Amino acid sequence: MIVTNIEILPDKRIVQHLGLVQGSSVRAKHVGRDIMAGLKNIFGGELKGYTELLQESRAEAMERMIEQAEAVGANAVLNVRFSTSSVAAGAAELFAYGTAVVLE
Amino acid sequence: MIDLIILVTLLALGYGFGSYAESRHYKSIIARENTLRHIPAVTSRFPPMNEGSRDAALVSGSVVVSVDYFKRFIATLRNLVGGRVTSYESLVDRARREAILRMKAEAEKLHADIVFNVKLETSSIHKGRGNSIGSVEVLAYGTALKTDQ
Repeated sequence: MIVTNIEILPDKRIVQHLGLVQGSSVRAKHVGRDIMAGLKNIFGGELKGYTELLQESRAEAMERMIEQAEAVGANAVLNVRFSTSSVAAGAAELFAYGTAVVLE
Repeated sequence: MIDLIILVTLLALGYGFGSYAESRHYKSIIARENTLRHIPAVTSRFPPMNEGSRDAALVSGSVVVSVDYFKRFIATLRNLVGGRVTSYESLVDRARREAILRMKAEAEKLHADIVFNVKLETSSIHKGRGNSIGSVEVLAYGTALKTDQ
């Protein structure tokens, strides 16, 4: 499975377009991390817990997108985009979408 | 009275730790930018269509950075008179450069030579008290490619 965010691949030809595939994941962090983040709001600096959390959920969103692409028989997802939105306090939705294609 | 003492303590803590963390972060950013300079990150949408370009892979880097108490206080004051909020400018600048560096580090792990179609996304994920921005998340992503040159 090739996943990229460019529209064409230099070394491969697109045989068939299979349309949009997407994956999303909504996550919240546990209270301990929220408290740590609250402390960090005083001292400033990187919120490692949040960074990890978002990376994990983005990976999960990608995984779901790839699963969907596999289900329609694609072997690559091109032009992948990410989007983030906060749905509630302390929870974030991570969304990944792209075009499923069959490469030769 | 006790409230004032708490406020001053928080401001002092924020100023002390915040500026120390920021200067250390900038030093580390500059050092890593120099070591990763051989992998250019470009925003061009189309890769060169020659034979040598191959092994396209998505790479990404993200970071969540929080502003310290002192800077948030300054920004609140700035809100009254308007103008450039420099304390937040350095926050997002740091976050963007860090995210791009993490993306490049991932590209280096794949032995890529260049990163194409770099996109940057900024979102505020955590609202601080009084709905002021507490922290921002920056995501940088692009397509790493190998080129024979």
